[in-house]
Amino acid sequence: MSVTHNIAEHSNFLEIRHLKKEYTAGNPILKGIDINITEPGIVAIIGPSGTGKSTLLRCINRLIDPTDGQILFDGADLCLAKGSQLRKLRRQVGMVFQEYNLVERLTVIENVLTGRLGYMSAWNAWRRNFSQADINTAFELLDAVGLTEHAKKRADSLSGGQRQRVGIARAVMQNPRILLADEPTSSLDPKTAVEIMELLERFSAEKNIPALVNIHDVKLASRFAKRMIGMSNGVVVYDGPPENITDDHLKQIYGGESWLV
Amino acid sequence: MNTIDHHWQRFTLRQKLSRYAVYLVLVLAFFQSIQSVEVIPEFLLDAPEQMGDMFSRMWPIDFAYYPVAVHDAMIETLNIATLGTLITLIFAIPLALMNASNIVNSAWCHWISRFFLVSSRSVNSLVWALLFVSIFGPGVIAGVLAIAFRSIGFVGKLLGEAIEEVNMGSIEALKATGASWMSILLKGYWPQVLPAFFSIVLFRWDINVRESAVLGLVGAGGIGVVLDDSMNLFQWDRVAMSLLAIFIIVILAEIVVVNIRKRLI
Repeated sequence: MSVTHNIAEHSNFLEIRHLKKEYTAGNPILKGIDINITEPGIVAIIGPSGTGKSTLLRCINRLIDPTDGQILFDGADLCLAKGSQLRKLRRQVGMVFQEYNLVERLTVIENVLTGRLGYMSAWNAWRRNFSQADINTAFELLDAVGLTEHAKKRADSLSGGQRQRVGIARAVMQNPRILLADEPTSSLDPKTAVEIMELLERFSAEKNIPALVNIHDVKLASRFAKRMIGMSNGVVVYDGPPENITDDHLKQIYGGESWLV
Repeated sequence: MNTIDHHWQRFTLRQKLSRYAVYLVLVLAFFQSIQSVEVIPEFLLDAPEQMGDMFSRMWPIDFAYYPVAVHDAMIETLNIATLGTLITLIFAIPLALMNASNIVNSAWCHWISRFFLVSSRSVNSLVWALLFVSIFGPGVIAGVLAIAFRSIGFVGKLLGEAIEEVNMGSIEALKATGASWMSILLKGYWPQVLPAFFSIVLFRWDINVRESAVLGLVGAGGIGVVLDDSMNLFQWDRVAMSLLAIFIIVILAEIVVVNIRKRLI
């Protein structure tokens, strides 16, 4: 027991213990989540809407404050972090959003560079005083997501799929130790959705980091995920490799069965 | 085939009656107010003749007066409007930030900022000017401050509302990168608010050009002083010159503002 604990401590990327969140008292949306992320690669979190998947991801980087529990990351408890310590932890957590959440009026390259804001002073950010290394990285990332020729266009001139690529580049720009993606493919067509998942898979492999991806498309999830976490009603009901997930599990997660073809 | 007659009316009987009652009250109020203003029929009938008389005194316009006094006063008016608008920003921007609920989440701050914004707006520029003339004496300073203080409420309120309308998704994303509060303000809020900001400030400057033209009537500098002097001396041809100058400058300001705004957005 103590041996496994030690191993876990060394290779742990993220450990969530008994995480609870109530928006209104006595009405928990997360009812004690335990997840231990020990390996790099895509971890797909599946479940119906309203079951707390988004809340779970936002608790990890504290865009939402959890009610109770622990989130152990980089030797600290994220639930207790405040001020500059919280910002230092946040910059190691890259996040990709369903609606991309770019700053629409800034150029594509500047949106990627905002991934470095956590590493620089507001004064330097205002003067656009990014280091040469950061600028090089940003252009390399844009190249990696295939948007080099769009670098100087305004973000609002891009299509949805292109914007999401910028969103991913911005998250990777943070040089994160973990990636979070909240329904990154939900607003996209099936082909673009696959390309976005491929990008997430590629970056998590290159950086050797885990990527927690909220996703409601079970097929897409099982195609890319090394591990699936099924959530229902604020609790984890399945945690394991995608091949082992059965129709019974899916019924338990989503309820009903008429949708299972 | 049987059809069912569905019963539907936009308003219930009670709603209809209360609507008619409102119309009735409006009509009564109209006649009541006509009675109470006590229009003197002789003066009303006389008006066209008086107007004709005034226009005949205004013509021909005294163009020679332009280089003598109107030009410098006009420049002063523009300076008052521009300086006043710039000084407004020093107060309006912090108040707008305090008033925006997505930036400061404190009822206290909202009430304080709202107090200043409303007080600024509830006092007319002319009244502000009277106030500052009595403090600083007649002249440009009183005019500049009157313009500035009247504009704080306008710019602060509209800017605050523009800030509240930004896409919070982008803000959330910057927060997630570990950016500091100031960085989020500069790289998240500012780019999104920028078009509205310039739109509001230019619009206010446009209004201020017009307002500063009349401030001189109470001694706060600018073209109004020249206008007032000519009126008191019954030099209607010079009054006409001043009015024409104001008219032209207002049109020019409008053209400038429209063009800048087009380029910004």
